Amino acid sequence: MDKFTTLTGIAAPMPLVNIDTDMIIPKQFLKTIARSGLGKNLFDEMRYTQDGAEIPDFVLNQPAYRKAEILVAGDNFGCGSSREHAPWALLDFGIRCVISTSFADIFFNNCFKNGILPIVLPQEAVDVLMADAKKGANARMTVDLPAQTVTTSDGQVFGFEVDSHRKHCLINGLDDIGLTLEKASSIDAYEAKAATTRPWA
Amino acid sequence: MTAAPRTLYDKIWDDHVVHQAEDGTCLLYIDRHLVHEVTSPQAFEGLRMTGRTVRAPEKTIAVPDHNVPTTLDRANAATMTEESRIQVEALDKNAKDFGINYYPVSDVRQGIVHIVGPEQGWTLPGMTVVCGDSHTATHGAFGALAHGIGTSEVEHVLATQTLIQRKGKNMKVEITGSLRPGVTAKDITLSVIGATGTAGGTGYVIEYCGQAIRELSMEGRMTVCNMAIEGGARAGLIAPDEKTFAYVMGRPHAPKGAKWEAALAYWKTLFTDEGAHFDKVVTIKGEDIAPVVTWGTSPEDVLPITGVVPAPEAFSGGKVEAAKRSLDYMGLTPGMKLTDIKIDTVFIGSCTNGRIEDLRAAAAILKGKKIAVKRAMVVPGSGLVRAQAEEEGLAQIFIDAGFEWRLAGCSMCLAMNPDQLQPGERCAATSNRNFEGRQGRGGRTHLLSPAMAAAAAITGHLTDVRELMSESV
Ligand code: SF4
Repeated sequence: MDKFTTLTGIAAPMPLVNIDTDMIIPKQFLKTIARSGLGKNLFDEMRYTQDGAEIPDFVLNQPAYRKAEILVAGDNFGCGSSREHAPWALLDFGIRCVISTSFADIFFNNCFKNGILPIVLPQEAVDVLMADAKKGANARMTVDLPAQTVTTSDGQVFGFEVDSHRKHCLINGLDDIGLTLEKASSIDAYEAKAATTRPWA
Repeated sequence: MTAAPRTLYDKIWDDHVVHQAEDGTCLLYIDRHLVHEVTSPQAFEGLRMTGRTVRAPEKTIAVPDHNVPTTLDRANAATMTEESRIQVEALDKNAKDFGINYYPVSDVRQGIVHIVGPEQGWTLPGMTVVCGDSHTATHGAFGALAHGIGTSEVEHVLATQTLIQRKGKNMKVEITGSLRPGVTAKDITLSVIGATGTAGGTGYVIEYCGQAIRELSMEGRMTVCNMAIEGGARAGLIAPDEKTFAYVMGRPHAPKGAKWEAALAYWKTLFTDEGAHFDKVVTIKGEDIAPVVTWGTSPEDVLPITGVVPAPEAFSGGKVEAAKRSLDYMGLTPGMKLTDIKIDTVFIGSCTNGRIEDLRAAAAILKGKKIAVKRAMVVPGSGLVRAQAEEEGLAQIFIDAGFEWRLAGCSMCLAMNPDQLQPGERCAATSNRNFEGRQGRGGRTHLLSPAMAAAAAITGHLTDVRELMSESV
């Protein structure tokens, strides 16, 4: 997993609420057995017509946002399925950070496993960031994970909360499985105890 | 000193904590890991790349369901697209290489993973159950803590049999009193989402309780818990009772003999203690729930069938825009009666409503009738459900009415196989998601119960099933 420390980049505004995982990556693209290559189909049905032509109105098709690395989105981003293809597609496109007032649980989790930072901020802050994102390519936002701040292109700073374990993993690009396997003896002990307390399980 | 009263969720959680870090992050032990072909290939690949193995293959169960064809000729590999075939073959190979329990397409027990788990007795009360699929909450009907995970977590569970988790908050959803005739578990679960919104449960584990829930069969309880995720909740739970134990007893992987007795004694402790704390409580009167349908592209867009299509202005905030977009996508105008909405296609199936009781409910309405829609299909949730429905004569009722009688799989719930809607095609579906494009690009989905789906099939438009029920009061 790639480390995430600070990021200064273009933020694309997507004010729609309840952007679900079927919108982020429609199911016909889940048939892959790889993690990469999904970026071109990110937001596929919003981004392309049935015959594959780009829909010029869609934000990521606009010249200013084709290289966006941050998304500022409406409430409840990532609701729907558990498909990790959603963060894989975002990442493959180049998005490393999503900012919203709220996220769906599983999607939120999945982001951290893939080096994407989801940031939850209150409505007032998201409104300011949304307005900043709408300014286009020259307005670059800065996300500083160690300092836990987002800074708009004109210098307004918003602090955000992040779970300390997840922050540590992101900053250091750590693999959860490796960390958990260090606790193998605790798992062994748990299993030994469960074999007596819940032998049917 | 007596221990503080705990919720059902608290109890199951406490019994599965392997390790707790100072910041509250826990390593939670996983009793059952269900695997399907779409969200697992990258996880197994990860194991191979790092030289890791599956820690507890005997607790891991795999079944292909999401993109297998459901037509009768599916034994012929040519019916699958190249990509689907690769995914299913990858699962075949992974199950074999890592020695996990497997139900291949050719096995009569194959079906939707959330139907196969309970049916085979893998899902038991008090367990932790995970699957790389958001509808894992289904298993909560047994008083199991069950939730969906992403592929990285699938790999984590395969390698360690644990999951890194922070405890969610407790939410109680109580359905008091009894349901009226024609109202089903599906109407309960949709009505709850209608009341709380698709993010109303975010960060919570819901315990469903109250008389109307107790009165549901296990099938009905699975329907209710299945859609907890559509309300944003991490999991939905129902305390196990005699109905639960009766369902589980004798299943192939349920405990037997002395183990059964020990299990039963433990399962009987799985309830929320008097006075336990809930962070959020929602109470709905069972009598107030009507048969419902969705009109929009979010499961929260739900209304009683007697209602009319709402105007976007009736909402506030970002929902105004979202409702406009929904109505546009759905091709509906505000003020239109829901019962005037014409239906092209009816889909009965999915992990929400693909069990035997669902097929019985639909067949009861369809008996002796003919469909008035272009296309109607029944996709049983498992090969065993299909066999039972044939034995009970339900299959013949469906076929006589003009339904296609399919083999088990997810099918048109997410349309990863060839079962898809065409742009603009309008479907009455017993599945769980009405998102844009969910059942095929441009397809329009109305979620409802199996009985309501059957009613729509007969009349050709959304219909109040109570009008077709001879014994209705
Ligand atoms: S039936 Fe639908 S919701 Fe259920 S597991 Fe299959 S695709 Fe998911």
